[in-house]
Amino acid sequence: MAESLPISAPHGATPSGTNYLNAEKGILSWLTTVDHKRIGVMYLVSTLIAFGAGGFFALLVRLELIAVGQQIMTNKQYNQAFTLHGAIMVFLFIIPSIPGALANFVLPIMVGAKDVAFPRLNLMSLYIYWLGAIICLGAIVGGGIDTGWTFYTPYSSTVDGGVVAMTMGVFVLGFSSILTGLNFIVTLHKLRAPGQDWFRLPLFLWATYATSIIQVLATPVLAITMLLLAAERLFGLGIFDPALGGDPVLFQHFFWFYSHPAVYIMILPGMGIISDVLSVHARRKIFGYRAIAYSSVALALLSFLVWGHHMFVAGQSELASTIFSFLTFFVAIPSGVKVFNWLSTMWGGSISYTTPMLFTLSFLFLFTIGGLTGVFLGMLSVDVHLHDTYFVIAHFHYVMMGGTVMAFLAGLHHWYPKMFGRMYNETLGRISCLLVFIGFNATFFIQFIMGSRGMPRRYYNYLDQYQSMHAFSTVGSWILGLGFLVMLYNLLTSLTKGAVAPANPWGGVSLEWHTPSPPPTENFHDTPTVNNGPYDYDTLRSAK
Amino acid sequence: MSSHAPAHDSPAGNAQDRSPQFHVGHHWDSADAQFDAGKTGVWLFLVTEILFFGGLFCAFFVFRSWYLEAFVSAHHHLDKVMGGVNTIVLICSSLSMALAVRAAQTNNKNQTVLLSVVTIGFALMFLVIKYFEYAHKFHDGLLPGRYFTYAKAVFPDERIFFGIYFMMTGIHGLHVLIGIGLIGWIAWRAQKGHFSSRYYAPVENVGLYWHLVDLIWIYLFPLLYLVG
Repeated sequence: MAESLPISAPHGATPSGTNYLNAEKGILSWLTTVDHKRIGVMYLVSTLIAFGAGGFFALLVRLELIAVGQQIMTNKQYNQAFTLHGAIMVFLFIIPSIPGALANFVLPIMVGAKDVAFPRLNLMSLYIYWLGAIICLGAIVGGGIDTGWTFYTPYSSTVDGGVVAMTMGVFVLGFSSILTGLNFIVTLHKLRAPGQDWFRLPLFLWATYATSIIQVLATPVLAITMLLLAAERLFGLGIFDPALGGDPVLFQHFFWFYSHPAVYIMILPGMGIISDVLSVHARRKIFGYRAIAYSSVALALLSFLVWGHHMFVAGQSELASTIFSFLTFFVAIPSGVKVFNWLSTMWGGSISYTTPMLFTLSFLFLFTIGGLTGVFLGMLSVDVHLHDTYFVIAHFHYVMMGGTVMAFLAGLHHWYPKMFGRMYNETLGRISCLLVFIGFNATFFIQFIMGSRGMPRRYYNYLDQYQSMHAFSTVGSWILGLGFLVMLYNLLTSLTKGAVAPANPWGGVSLEWHTPSPPPTENFHDTPTVNNGPYDYDTLRSAK
Repeated sequence: MSSHAPAHDSPAGNAQDRSPQFHVGHHWDSADAQFDAGKTGVWLFLVTEILFFGGLFCAFFVFRSWYLEAFVSAHHHLDKVMGGVNTIVLICSSLSMALAVRAAQTNNKNQTVLLSVVTIGFALMFLVIKYFEYAHKFHDGLLPGRYFTYAKAVFPDERIFFGIYFMMTGIHGLHVLIGIGLIGWIAWRAQKGHFSSRYYAPVENVGLYWHLVDLIWIYLFPLLYLVG
């Protein structure tokens, strides 16, 4: 690096000097800020609240399923609870969490910029997110919604409840997602530091770039789908309702044309985090940089070609199903490229078992299971047996939670010292990771078995033969919940009580470790120049 | 977040050419970099618009192939003359918009204002003609889905044609309305002397949006009114 900042020396006893957190004071200074770091922190708080709410409904659903028959809620309430769990987790947590919170914070710093390309648009995107969240909340309080997060017609176009408000909430949230993606694409094209060509970007940014492309290209299709669904309910449009001559399968095509790529909006940034965290905490240059970078782009492109695999049994033609099944297998290639490159990176590295690294290792283990079971489901004949069972539930929780959430937590613990200038308690961090890992597997692994034995998803009640497995899964969810409580306690108390974080606690090379923790408002005192790749640890040693 | 641009920021820099409203954001090296980024952002936004309408076009093609006879029969109810006139009106508005951008680039303040107002005039003309078309359809009961009450309909599925017709033209009309608001904002800022040959990004970017609105209509018109 050209500039002369000390690379790993601590910066005094308290987070000293002016930084983005103490530059201005008062709630108003936060609400009117255009600083990407503050917006990132507000996104982080908002999405974590959503995660808490979605998790609360998940625990309710699991508690209801602990035994046969009614436990704590009626079947109607149960349908609403799992709908809220799904809709909140997808639209209010997973999609905005990593791009909105973590990428927003680190992306401009990683390219040596003072801010994203459109700072006011960035703030607007947060406000739109809040507006969408309020509308969704209104739908929940006002009418309740029990359609599942997929809003399949004709049920969603005829049933009572707050479907129109909910779809409008999702419509608004989509805008927020589009604006974030648009902002990142332009930032990565126009604001990279002098000397930082595309192959000197940290891999997290390649993943974020691929994600942003999907956000920009796929989300508008969800917007029109939600609008058509609302019009179907309000004006009896006749497009999706078979009673009026419409086609419910067309709704599914529209919905999954967005929502399958949306799955990659969720997982790709997570994969990016893993690439960065793994390399730093194994102290080894990433293996196969270009392969990982290109596989992110490949996943983004493939994501647009496989939506039909959600509809194998929905009345799609056999030819279409065969083609979609064939294309789905291609997804395994770039995913496999990534996994093997990560494993090769660790080979011969000097691995420190820090909290971020433990979450990363959990990711590798869980995502691999999630990915491989996805291949089962992409296989036509197997899918006919397994579709709409707990096998599917287990599969996408292994990808979404075992993958994305674990990566999100790895990234959160990796950049927490940078964000708040404090270290968290490492022991508590490791304990929370262990609890989450054990709880997660206890909750969901058994669901593969249940599903393969025929337990259908979304059912309020079930046969006696599944009872012990359901109870096991519910107890697992309590361990999972406990893990998150420990983590919350750790991260909250460390905000004030944690040891002061040095500029570079993990010995990273990418630009965010070349500025104080927490960074000053303009990120760098002088625009940095990039002379090496983001994982060239040799340069760090020679700098010392 | 932004500061007044120091004179050395502009490569072709002549401070006289710039208005006091011209800012370079603190995170940009130069005015040109900021201009390029803004334009890239608008192009990306236009891509989302195309995908947004793409869903409607897709629905149109699906149902047209399902209910070909009903669609052919239904499209005869649309007024080709009004639709055709509206197409010409919008193409003219694109011309006046493009000329407004040119006027801003050449420091011609009065022409920028005048041409923006002319563009708004064309846009309003489009909406008035659309209003008469809609009123006629409402009167005849040629309405979407459940509200389709036209007594002499040959095929019941003509109601789906009108469902798609009203969604497509309605959402397009909404874009025209938003365009009127944006061009009005441009006219107001131009009147205040905000634009010059060194700073015309908002005029150019609104112009790009307006051309897309025009372009979408150029596809809607033949598909809905002409294809038999």
